[in-house]
Amino acid sequence: MSKDTLFDKVWDLHKVSSLPGGSDQIFIGLHLIHEVTSPQAFGALKDKNLTVKFPSRTVATVDHIVPTDNQSRPFKDNLAEQMIETLEKNCLQHKIKFFNIGSGSQGIVHVVAPELGLTQPGMTIACGDSHTSTHGAFGSIAFGIGTSQVRDVLATQTIAMNKLKVRQIWCENQLSNGVYAKDLVLHIINKLGVKAGVGFAYEFAGPAINVLSMEERMTICNMSIEGGARCGYINPDEKTFSYMRDKLCAPKNEYWEKALRWWKSLKSDEDSIYDDVIKIDASKIEPTVTWGITPGQSIGINQQIPLLDELSPNDKLVAEEAYEYMSFKPGQSIKDIPVEVCFIGSCTNGRISDLRVAAKVLKDKKVSKNVKAFVVPGSEKVANEAKQEGLDQIFKDSGFQWREPGCSMCLAMNSDKLVGNQISASSSNRNFKGRQGSPSGRTLLMSPAMVAAAAINGKVSDVREFINE
Amino acid sequence: MKSFFTPPIGKIIQIKGQCISLIGNDIDTDRIIPARFLKCVNFDSLGESVFEDDRATLKGQHPFDLEENKNATILIVNSNFGCGSSREHAPQALMRWGIRAIIGESFADIFYSNCIAIGIPCFTLPKKSIQEIQNNKDNKFLFLEIDLKKSLAKAKDLSLNLEIKESSRKMFLSGEWDATSTLLDNKNLIENKLNQLPYIKFNTNFL
Repeated sequence: MSKDTLFDKVWDLHKVSSLPGGSDQIFIGLHLIHEVTSPQAFGALKDKNLTVKFPSRTVATVDHIVPTDNQSRPFKDNLAEQMIETLEKNCLQHKIKFFNIGSGSQGIVHVVAPELGLTQPGMTIACGDSHTSTHGAFGSIAFGIGTSQVRDVLATQTIAMNKLKVRQIWCENQLSNGVYAKDLVLHIINKLGVKAGVGFAYEFAGPAINVLSMEERMTICNMSIEGGARCGYINPDEKTFSYMRDKLCAPKNEYWEKALRWWKSLKSDEDSIYDDVIKIDASKIEPTVTWGITPGQSIGINQQIPLLDELSPNDKLVAEEAYEYMSFKPGQSIKDIPVEVCFIGSCTNGRISDLRVAAKVLKDKKVSKNVKAFVVPGSEKVANEAKQEGLDQIFKDSGFQWREPGCSMCLAMNSDKLVGNQISASSSNRNFKGRQGSPSGRTLLMSPAMVAAAAINGKVSDVREFINE
Repeated sequence: MKSFFTPPIGKIIQIKGQCISLIGNDIDTDRIIPARFLKCVNFDSLGESVFEDDRATLKGQHPFDLEENKNATILIVNSNFGCGSSREHAPQALMRWGIRAIIGESFADIFYSNCIAIGIPCFTLPKKSIQEIQNNKDNKFLFLEIDLKKSLAKAKDLSLNLEIKESSRKMFLSGEWDATSTLLDNKNLIENKLNQLPYIKFNTNFL
């Protein structure tokens, strides 16, 4: 059993009681909600005649269903309009702060909360969305919950949960040039498998993690869930604190000093005990691309799609399914596979640094004529910052469509969808069958820089050939 | 697909019913219920859309479309079932189709807690036992009687020791799987906790 890790400390701090069945009642410091997983929870509150216990500890935004082309109201899609209206009504009725479209702070919930300074070290954070693990980048303990648990947090500010085990993923050495946080996390998921994290929180640590920016750390923690870990985190450090300084909701003045003292005390002890420790050599990682139907099915850009015999017995079943669905052959190179759609965005890679990296690749280049390419900033703040830096123009000049903020084609709940069996190069997080809106659509996950390179060449490419020019 | 739906309520001690087998590892919640069906403000109509895209691909041959399975209530799955998105719509859709319990090699964390929270017990069995059930053609109509008190599943010539988290088992037996009221019982402790947390004090600008 783990001892004295950050996870243990934050868990113990937030433990309200031991429940009769043996699970713990955990206080949720920050509750984030959006339009998809909250309406039924508010409905259940009404059915049970309950109210929201601490409305000021819940914050809302709208992201999954928003159109990215025309955001004028009412939305063209009646169901989407009904969902945003329901959220507006619920927030108004229960006095919950809502960052709506046009507020300047709307966007993907996991992009918005950190940039507002809502996400802070040492907090427990829950949201009805599996990528809530993102917030662990700040040394908070953050995890996705379902709608019934959203109801419980609204009604009690607590949930019933079994304590997780803790696995440290120690990342040695440094990523090489042209290799990004996305490549690192795809590599980790490939090495450990998509279900290794079940029952675990992942602590990402080591030299390769320490040098990452806060946004890169968010990319890493974001995809913990793709490795099965509901929660992933990184011990907070000076980078964390300097990112937070002057954010809208960060502590101010003397409270900043108090907060800083407390935050600095928040980390896994030198002699803390983990349930498991895994070492990864970051210097050996190449730009990484998925070839199959789970985020664990990835290879380096210069590698071939694995043969069935090269895989462990446990991986064979899904591999066979993947060859068939993707229409790829075992042994085939991933490089040069033609792509038809290129998508930059999502809670994994829709932040300003992601847009900067992609824009740098795209500058003075043109998107292949066979490719439909679009970029969806993660939030209104990201979009504004990008515009100030002229990134929107670089994207547009290259042939990318510049869109309004939202989740967009990561999960295709709006009109941004693949058609038929199109192949997309996508900076998002899931390559599941049908994930991007077409039941036969195919997704290749990669870093935003790699998406930009694929867009230019019209096929899967090694971004290092662009940045080393 | 049942023509009427009554959600589970109170103590869950015994579940009897026909099994339906679904073969495959890492079956994610996008496959259980594709995202386009999440455009709803209640869960009522999800049952008919469960596995929509997989079913369309198999043109009537998907287990959830076979006539012989239409009254099944116990789903038999392989490993990491329910991975991916946290959408509770996935177990809600399964439940509305008629599923009352799931037996598998392993489950994704969030999917598992969603199932518990809505009253669907999830049990695990070793890979070998699951495959025996799934591959046994004579067992086309396997009826199981699950006893949560003993964590046992019985059929005519079969007895299986099911694994389930002890906390979940106790919650089903006591009826406390619908956690809200149990959590609310500690309302003083919750208030105390709020006042103890360091960050509540220094977040004067917190919304």
